[in-house]
Amino acid sequence: MIQEKIREKAKELLEKKVVDVIIGFGEGTLPLRATPLFVRSPDEADCLIWNSFCENNLSTYLHKLTQFKVGLVVKGCDSRSIIALSLEKRFKPDQLFLIGVPCQRMVDRRRVKKAVKGEILRAHEQGDQIIVEGEDFKTSLKKDDFLYPSCQLCIHRNPAQANILVGDPVEESPLLEIDPEVKDFESKSVEERWTFFEKESSRCIRCYACREACPMCYCAECFVDSSHPKWVEKGLSPSDLEFYHIVRAYHQTGRCSGCGACERACPMEIRLTYLTRKLNLDVKELYDFEAGCDGELPPPLSTFKTEDKQEFIK
Amino acid sequence: MANGLEKNWEPKILAFLCNWCSYAGADLAGTSRVQYPPTIRVIRVPCSGRINPLFILKALQNGIDGVLVSGCHPGDCHYISGNYVGRRKSATLKRFLKYLGFEEGRVQFSWVSAAEGIKFSQVVDEITQSIKKLGPAERFVKRSFEFGVNSSERKS
Repeated sequence: MIQEKIREKAKELLEKKVVDVIIGFGEGTLPLRATPLFVRSPDEADCLIWNSFCENNLSTYLHKLTQFKVGLVVKGCDSRSIIALSLEKRFKPDQLFLIGVPCQRMVDRRRVKKAVKGEILRAHEQGDQIIVEGEDFKTSLKKDDFLYPSCQLCIHRNPAQANILVGDPVEESPLLEIDPEVKDFESKSVEERWTFFEKESSRCIRCYACREACPMCYCAECFVDSSHPKWVEKGLSPSDLEFYHIVRAYHQTGRCSGCGACERACPMEIRLTYLTRKLNLDVKELYDFEAGCDGELPPPLSTFKTEDKQEFIK
Repeated sequence: MANGLEKNWEPKILAFLCNWCSYAGADLAGTSRVQYPPTIRVIRVPCSGRINPLFILKALQNGIDGVLVSGCHPGDCHYISGNYVGRRKSATLKRFLKYLGFEEGRVQFSWVSAAEGIKFSQVVDEITQSIKKLGPAERFVKRSFEFGVNSSERKS
């Protein structure tokens, strides 16, 4: 079982002092949640779990641990974030030990909550089902019907790079010509698109959960916190909210691994991946670059080719 | 907030011109007495690669009706490769804005060399015509006293 193997490996790594800390998942305090767990001694390794609620991208924690040797539990998307981070030289190559887990796809807790009437008090996985219990109900839901959109569309479920793989590789979905989420958004008219974007960003409360959840958002001074120049104000003016969303997505151009952690972290349930997926698509189409696939190719916006497309320039 | 249905509305367009080519080209247009619409306000930058997409977005937020970014032709950049890097930023930003449903034609890009005074006037003419068709900036404009009111609600 994957969970056993993770615990075993974690114990071994900590005993042999290969790493100072293992970052994995532990039992969440709320149903349908797992919590990121920092294990520092071999006895604590048995707190590590693995299930379909392990939705966080743990590579976001690496930025605070640059002076330590870190063991990290990574899914497919997480490993691509690591590659993208290593390209930006965020850590030394021998600093990480990656425990790779072929991802069984994560469960969308929001949709599960909406599918039942009443407060969920307990939830656990059983095979391909999720058993959800409340005070006066107990339902069994088919896991595959309640996956996160980013997981449904994922084509990189196996970790691209890992020191050890603790499960059998899963079958990858075929590469689709056109990103379905982007295609769906592009099928709207120009007016509808702006209205949708406006409506989504209007719910934003500027909590920056998306920024904190994202492994690629690590700037010492984020543009929102900049006062010279002051790009956005702290209030909730609709224009500022749109500015924040446009720019945070734009800052991921060529860097986003498509993990969806931003969208999952949002307390207002704002759609975010439709923005970053478009940028990923454009970068692939224009510059043949996909974040997290190659640790050698330079990031697309910090390089150029003389024959880059320029049909839009007069 | 009727402000464009006025007959005398003239677009306000911000032009980021690279110092070595486009700004010189604009200067040549001036000294050659070439006539072009007086809609642009010029900001001189050292290179088109200096343009941070946030400049363009901030200008639009402040109510500018259009933005023109102009630099040296590929291969002729005073800093060798600045315009190439700027080209990638421009391409990705333009596509993203189009995707979001932001009006296409408000943000335009051009290569204008120091000898192309006439081309510069043509570029300004073109962007002025596009903006006149699109009307004054409405979407994304920041009106700080209107918290919680989107542009679509604002129109009424």
